[in-house]
Amino acid sequence: MSKIVKLKKGFDINLAGKAKQELADFAPAQTFAIKPTDFIGLQRPKVLVNEGDAVKAGTPILFDKALDQVMYVAPVSGEIVEVKRGEKRKLLEIKILADKENSFEDLGKINLASIDRESLVQKLTQSGVWPNLIQRPFGVVANPADTPKAIFISAFDTHPLAPDLGFTLQGEDSYFQAGLDALAKLTDGKIHLNVDGSKSIPSIFSQAKGVQINQFSGPHPAGNVGVQIHHLDPINKGEIAWTISPAGVIQIGKLIVNGVFDASKVIAITGSELTKTAYVKTKAGACVSTFVKGNLNSGHVRVISGNVLTGEKISMEGYLGFYHNQITVIPEGDYYEFLGWAKPTTEKLSYHRALGLLSFLKPNKEYVLDSNARGEERAFVQTGVFESVTPMDILPVYLLKAIMAEDFDEMEELGIYEIVEEDLALCEFVDVSKHPVQELVRKGIELIQYS
Amino acid sequence: MKFLRDLMDKQKPLFEKGGKLESLYYAFEAGETFLFSPNHTTGIKGAQVKDAIDLKRMMITVVVAMIPCLLFGIYNVGHQSLLATGETAGLWENFGDKALIGLQLVLPIIIVAYAAGGLVEATFAVIRKHPINEGFLVTGMLIPLVVPASTPLWQVALATVFAVVIAKEVFGGTGMNILNVAMTARAFLYFAYPAQISGDQVWTYLGDKAAVDGFSGATALAVAYNAGVDGVPVTEALASHNTALGSDMFSFANMFMGWIPGSIGETSTLMALVGALILIGTGVASWKIIVSGFAGAYIMGFVMNLFAVNEYMAMPPQYHWVMGGLAFGIVFMATDPVSASQTETGKWIYGLLIGFLTVIIRVTNPAYPEGIMLAVLFMNVFAPLIDYYVVKANKTRRLQRATV
Repeated sequence: MSKIVKLKKGFDINLAGKAKQELADFAPAQTFAIKPTDFIGLQRPKVLVNEGDAVKAGTPILFDKALDQVMYVAPVSGEIVEVKRGEKRKLLEIKILADKENSFEDLGKINLASIDRESLVQKLTQSGVWPNLIQRPFGVVANPADTPKAIFISAFDTHPLAPDLGFTLQGEDSYFQAGLDALAKLTDGKIHLNVDGSKSIPSIFSQAKGVQINQFSGPHPAGNVGVQIHHLDPINKGEIAWTISPAGVIQIGKLIVNGVFDASKVIAITGSELTKTAYVKTKAGACVSTFVKGNLNSGHVRVISGNVLTGEKISMEGYLGFYHNQITVIPEGDYYEFLGWAKPTTEKLSYHRALGLLSFLKPNKEYVLDSNARGEERAFVQTGVFESVTPMDILPVYLLKAIMAEDFDEMEELGIYEIVEEDLALCEFVDVSKHPVQELVRKGIELIQYS
Repeated sequence: MKFLRDLMDKQKPLFEKGGKLESLYYAFEAGETFLFSPNHTTGIKGAQVKDAIDLKRMMITVVVAMIPCLLFGIYNVGHQSLLATGETAGLWENFGDKALIGLQLVLPIIIVAYAAGGLVEATFAVIRKHPINEGFLVTGMLIPLVVPASTPLWQVALATVFAVVIAKEVFGGTGMNILNVAMTARAFLYFAYPAQISGDQVWTYLGDKAAVDGFSGATALAVAYNAGVDGVPVTEALASHNTALGSDMFSFANMFMGWIPGSIGETSTLMALVGALILIGTGVASWKIIVSGFAGAYIMGFVMNLFAVNEYMAMPPQYHWVMGGLAFGIVFMATDPVSASQTETGKWIYGLLIGFLTVIIRVTNPAYPEGIMLAVLFMNVFAPLIDYYVVKANKTRRLQRATV
């Protein structure tokens, strides 16, 4: 029973700097890092290695004392060069200087036909692939003790400048299927594979077996798994579902078939400030400097791991996030603009017609957006806008106000279990009053989660 | 603009923490952000780019939408004045004189409203340490448009101060208020100084000249109400009114155009609709409220027809659209996003009820010829209740999903 869902609400931010569909030959990254801050809900990280230790791809690096079965492992073989801590000794990064030849920890191939669920879970948690599984509600790394009611996979990414998964995952069909077969053992319910209904479906997805293939179409956030869950099998209080990205499924598949933790993936190098935008094959946690340096067409830029809506600002020597499949480079926006709020313009992108009234003249214009905050924070004034970019039966403003008021009952009743940051990221973009929407969402989730 | 920026940067340390004028920081900040969009950038996590719109832009759009009403109002003030004293007959005769009279009367009101309100805003911003609210850009323009041109300036100032303090600042500023600020100002004047804002004498400015024989300064609403009392068909009463100034002053077409006595900006239904077009076109105001507001007035007018026990109730419902401030009130007051209903379903109900109430108040209550003012304020108070039930329906849907 596959479903076809057509969504109307939402907004596509059409940015300049799309990645060309080709693999570029950037110099490979020298250093890699594991950032515990990538894993939301990781509470008390315990590091298992010291500076100077040699590790292989798949060697455990740290674990969470609150969820101690799940190992976070090295993406690449090499030497631990730095364990970087911030204020109050908060663990920030564990850096690895990569070997010339990557060598893998032998984790043992898995025969899915004979293995039982318990041993499979143990294999997955020890091998480092487990953090790919994200639990809904809350959007945290899944707890191996739970059995989810279903597993959801979004097979397309609608974020600005997002990579084309049909391109980045090509040739991985057999690993993808192996990963799906493993996932089937983890849930009693269905595995939902949600594809883009407006385009031809890449064979890696259309040929997948043992899953329910659903078609979604519409503007962003149609590709967000949270939105898809809402329309397929919404999460109520007390229920648990898991989500995983297709790249994560492939990583599990490689563990099953080859018995190794293989962190390699194809990511998109995007953004208006880059001379060359393309795809590159690298590994999770790679240092982005070789992709960015010497590839800039302006001086003052912001490098983002991920996309412009949900990503994280990193430095020119920063590291790709564990879950990210693109980097975006945009101009830094720390400038003053004379009467910037009043000038009529077609150069600025706005969802609102009060500013973007003339945008219909150039429907396919690609905009260059910078990181300017475009005004100051105010109380909520305009109404109806958040609803118009949120294709869910949720009232975002009321939910956000409930979070601000720390009203637990109200948050539950208004649907905090159904969302994570990325689902309301567009609200943060279009907000006239410039609220930190995603920060608020996480605050609300943490209030509920730890209450 | 470089020198302006340099000037700002030079003065800034004075107002920042530790500076001599630290307490005036928000006053300085308001000026600075007015001249220059700030150089703030987005945070480390979360949305890295932002939509180009901000509250300043949104509010100025509303002010732009009011300009047709304002310009028309200025001219109409002069036109009505010369018409009443018999110095002009045609619409476009004595154009310059009319515009001049209008400007002389209206400009001071606008200046006083902005000055008085702006002073209150700035004072509150400095004392309560919050940025100055852009919402006042709109309020300061709305208040002059809903008072007669003959209103004493001190009353304008007093009403503005009252409204900004009581209707807005005590709740915490723009976005927190319950009542529409400009409507509160008008209601204040209406109840505190009724002699200057109701009756037959205040709508037309005569200066020191005498009106022509047989002149009546009554508004269409008053004429219609009296027709109901006297048992004369309203359309006839309207047609035969003020024949001393020429025929058909209160014809449907003339009232739609707005060449009638009334408050400065509210007489012209046409100009209000132009404003509505701008507001809907830019997406600043909710078309749902505007459409349902007009629909509500028509429906209630029609229901009144069905149960007509007097001639006012039997008036063709479309006349309600063009008489008094209904159009202006629905387009500019009812759509205030803060005091209106905030859910999409709620907006339909809210607009519809404003239309209903306006006509009910007009037709049944002799003390308040203009129903829109009280209808909007009344529904402002009830908007949260409407929203409460719409939100509750959303919660119930979620709950039912869980239990089925």
